[in-house]
Amino acid sequence: MTAAAAIKPKRVLPGFSLSLGTTLLYVALVILIPVIALVLKGAEIGPARFWAIIAAPRTLAALRVTLTAAALATVFNAFYGLLMAWVLTRYDFPGKRILDALMDIPFALPTAVAGISLTALYSANGWFGAPLTGAGINVVYTLGGVILAMTFTSIPFVVRAIQPVLEDLDPAMEQAAMTLGARPFAIFRRVVLPAILPAWLAGSTVAFARSLGEFGAVVFIAGNLPFKTEIAALLAFIRLEEYDYQGAAAIALVLLLFALILLMISNLIQFRAARHLEAR
Amino acid sequence: MSTLALSHAPGQSRRMPQLLIGLAFVLTAIFVVAPLAFIFWRAFAGGWAVYLANITDPLVLHAIWLTTLVAVIVVPVNVAFGIAAAWAIARFRFPGRKLLMVLIEIPFSISPIIAGICYLLLYGRQGLLGPWLAAHDLKIMFALPGILLVTMFVTAPFVAREVLPLMQAQGSEQEQAAVTLGARGWQVFSRVTLPNIRWALLYGAVLCTARAVGEFGGVSVVSGSIRGQTNTLPLQIELMFNDLNTTGAFAAASTLTVIALVVLVIKAVLESRR
Repeated sequence: MTAAAAIKPKRVLPGFSLSLGTTLLYVALVILIPVIALVLKGAEIGPARFWAIIAAPRTLAALRVTLTAAALATVFNAFYGLLMAWVLTRYDFPGKRILDALMDIPFALPTAVAGISLTALYSANGWFGAPLTGAGINVVYTLGGVILAMTFTSIPFVVRAIQPVLEDLDPAMEQAAMTLGARPFAIFRRVVLPAILPAWLAGSTVAFARSLGEFGAVVFIAGNLPFKTEIAALLAFIRLEEYDYQGAAAIALVLLLFALILLMISNLIQFRAARHLEAR
Repeated sequence: MSTLALSHAPGQSRRMPQLLIGLAFVLTAIFVVAPLAFIFWRAFAGGWAVYLANITDPLVLHAIWLTTLVAVIVVPVNVAFGIAAAWAIARFRFPGRKLLMVLIEIPFSISPIIAGICYLLLYGRQGLLGPWLAAHDLKIMFALPGILLVTMFVTAPFVAREVLPLMQAQGSEQEQAAVTLGARGWQVFSRVTLPNIRWALLYGAVLCTARAVGEFGGVSVVSGSIRGQTNTLPLQIELMFNDLNTTGAFAAASTLTVIALVVLVIKAVLESRR
């Protein structure tokens, strides 16, 4: 802190008011004011009505479907992401760069495109749907479909969070542990895991947040049956189409609250990890 | 480096890496490659002639035009915003700086559907500014301005989050030297800063473009999905898919998929340059 204050540069560089003014104006107009509009409209509803909307069986069911599917998708991606990050940083093999690039596909591919592709792929005449349906497993129009869509769109977050940390991890520690006779799994648990844990948790938190809000990929494959596969974001959308603006605002506010809490958690994890690193 | 040392160490199973690499390939093939390949397989299921007919359908062409227009307006705006934000945050210390960084990241963690609802509650007929807009005969929702605003919201962080970490890492010595030597503000930016950040800026702009042309949830709230008027390409794809014109939907989707693949190629090229 004192060091930072001591080297604090005098403002020799130009453009402070211009750049900050532009930034604040844009953030206010495009990001803050619309979000405040949601909060104000939500406040207009009043606590009793708000509670009635949220505690309605259909809303609760939609929130339960969303949270369950997002949690399961995140658990899968936590382990898949860890595996991918490990394989991509620790081993050399043919096709590594392509595998690495593929991790960004869910990020770059529009969610609606992912949605129709997953739906057709797992429907009764799709590549995966045909054998699965033959085995009596239905993915499309079930909770499994919701989980699958959320999994696809949140694939990059865990991999990309862990990768840079694994790359920076000093291999000398692992080699020392190995020399001392530690078995590979013990090395992973005692040396590697503590180092990547903050990134792993932060990445999983972002993946979870992304899954909670996912819409485009889910609506096609979910079938959107109320109480079964209807997600909260879709219910908010349906309320809008029914001109029930209060209903939409209340559900959106709950989702916004979830998103902000998760954003805070992920920032906190990374902040604490950064402070821990500086302290070492 | 570590790979060599670790794999030759005694006591470590040789089979473990092979197993993990194999598992990584299988899972990625199932969960990433298959959905990607399926798009093209399905788009060309009826052959080239059908594909071309689907792509040149007037409604699809209009959707492509509208989506291009959105990208052409939104991307430069967000590039300018990203540069301004990165310059302010990386080059100066001011109270609330950390908060500003979090605020810029908000669209990244908020569902696009919520973004759409926020805008509807602000500019819609029952929104906060609704009565005023109606009195002045201004239409933002269910029209182009609404689509632009929501797309700006959703893509706002993309350029800033690529450029900001780079500018922070590079420090400001070169720029300070330029100022000391008498360079003016824009000269410092265009001759010193811009060459240093150009690749990050390009990548941010490319990501922003991909996200802008593919935006679905937020736009579906504010566009009103008027056929031939406010249907962007993702909305047109939804329409065709729900109309059971699956081949047409996948043909239209293949254009957006090509854009996504171009993004990845550009990213790979830029990373190998670093």
